[in-house]
Amino acid sequence: MLFLLIRRGLRQHLVSTAVAVLLVALGMGLVVSVFVVRAEAEQSFTRSASGFDAVLGARGSKLQLVLNGLFHQEASPGNITADDFQQIKSLGVVDRAIPIVVGDNFRGVRLVGVSDDFFQNLEYAPGHDYRVDQGRPFKVGEKEAVVGSLAAHQLGWSPGTTFHPFHGLDYNPNAQHSEIFTVVGVLAPTNTPADRVIWVPLEGVQRLGGHDPATFTELSAVLIKFKPNAGAAGLMLDQRYNRQGKRLTLAWPVASILADLFAKFDWFETALQALAYMVAVVAGASVFSAVYSSMSARKRDLAILRALGAHRRFLILAVLGESASIGILGCALGFGLYALIASTVQEILRTRVGVLLEPWAWNPVLVWGPLLMVGVSLVAGAIPAWRAYRLTVAEGLSPLS
Amino acid sequence: MDPTSALIVRDLTKGYPAPSGKWTEVLRIPLLELQAGQQVAIRGESGLGKTTLLHIIAGILEPDSGFVSVGGAAMTGLAESRRDRFRAERLGYIFQTFNLLQGLTALENVMLGLAFGKGADAKAALAALDRVGLAHRAAYFPHQLSTGQQQRVAVARALANRPCLILADEPTGNLDAARGREVIDLLRESALALGSALLVASHDPQVLGSFERVIDLAALNQAPPQEEER
Repeated sequence: MLFLLIRRGLRQHLVSTAVAVLLVALGMGLVVSVFVVRAEAEQSFTRSASGFDAVLGARGSKLQLVLNGLFHQEASPGNITADDFQQIKSLGVVDRAIPIVVGDNFRGVRLVGVSDDFFQNLEYAPGHDYRVDQGRPFKVGEKEAVVGSLAAHQLGWSPGTTFHPFHGLDYNPNAQHSEIFTVVGVLAPTNTPADRVIWVPLEGVQRLGGHDPATFTELSAVLIKFKPNAGAAGLMLDQRYNRQGKRLTLAWPVASILADLFAKFDWFETALQALAYMVAVVAGASVFSAVYSSMSARKRDLAILRALGAHRRFLILAVLGESASIGILGCALGFGLYALIASTVQEILRTRVGVLLEPWAWNPVLVWGPLLMVGVSLVAGAIPAWRAYRLTVAEGLSPLS
Repeated sequence: MDPTSALIVRDLTKGYPAPSGKWTEVLRIPLLELQAGQQVAIRGESGLGKTTLLHIIAGILEPDSGFVSVGGAAMTGLAESRRDRFRAERLGYIFQTFNLLQGLTALENVMLGLAFGKGADAKAALAALDRVGLAHRAAYFPHQLSTGQQQRVAVARALANRPCLILADEPTGNLDAARGREVIDLLRESALALGSALLVASHDPQVLGSFERVIDLAALNQAPPQEEER
């Protein structure tokens, strides 16, 4: 009977109920989105470091090196020599050192020159190697390419496709190289930025027409993976390149550099959180208004219930049940809204950065967010519930009887 | 205490603070008694305290002093929650304005009469509707029923828990003469069938004329006359 009365109360004031539910949904969706997207974006970026621990590049910003080397964003701060690569590769603490060269694109999709051992037992995540799904890896010295899965989808390429690269990192239709490359393979999806570039042999980029012959052996960066248990390797190399040396920069540790990047946006996150909390408060006010007006309009009904033997506690439950129902319905809808926001952000990050957001990964806000909104709804229902509790039968029935 | 008594009201007083702040006694009832199954009407014009008396008997209001028992069990002195339970289990209450909940069907309204006592029971509620000849309107909402039908639903609701005492406060006040007569007949027949005592408060001569025993509240009430209507 209680549920019947709650349902009836909600239906009788459908418009104000619907508005309150929508506002709770908005509050819930925003609160969860702000917290999850922020946390998950940082974790996704860290996960998407493609299995590398550090990036060695020309003297400059560590963040720029990470963005350029691992996320294929930004430009390289400069070049390093083949000797620098050989030197770090020969260090005992280094497990893998993968040289890369950037500087060309195909209609905005970046070409990354890389050594062929990129496709040989290199893990981008524990237990997952970079692997050519369709076709085969490129051959060193040949004008062949392996396309990341996202780039292949975007360009509509498959093994056998040929293309003329364009010079520069940004697409300029007037800067097309004459060389023809042939796609020989498509990289299996990795959900990392590796999916959104075109991988070619180092020489493929170094020796393209128009490039300065003096730079034919130069590299944009070296992606480094330390040996397991080489705990002090990063510290040692940090000392060597960043503190004692002046020509090169070692971007390490990647997670900390990315955390610094996200810290720069803390003010924005704070502003979004404030906005989300404000919407939550407005939602609470709306629940209060809906339940209060519903309760006032149904004073007579409540008095009838009392006259039929309903205890005051029953009336409190009926009123709080209404406000909690608004909160619960709003949260259910809020999860839908969150799914929409998260999938939009996920798609943007996936296609533009190559980072895969996991919106349903565990985050405490997925529990405390709904609890907060239901709690706000219950608090908003407290005053109407108290009024219902205090209502006397005579007061409720007086206008007509 | 007489177990055959459906209602005993003894030495009951009730007063309210008047707008002037002065305490004003509105009810002083030395004795009012109904035997089980007895049907009595109380005559009284508006403002004489009929509703207040019925509210006290129903346990909705507490008297200032005195004793009330229903079906052989004392109502006075009980905590409010016990009085609520008492009312739900032993009493049926019929209002002048029907007081059906508009968003509930006829059946659901009758189920409300059971909900706070024996528990909502659709079968029993349907049987109660059947007794008043409205089983075929069980799924109708109050606004889809005539005023006479609405009051019959209210009667069914009051009878659903098979109360030992039915209180009716101006039950024909919103009905025309013919429908009023029908409802009173129905109420009396149903109360008789269930063995419930019936106490009807009214100022309608037609209603009062149909009862063998009529109590004049003005004569029963020993409270000093009021200068202004409450």
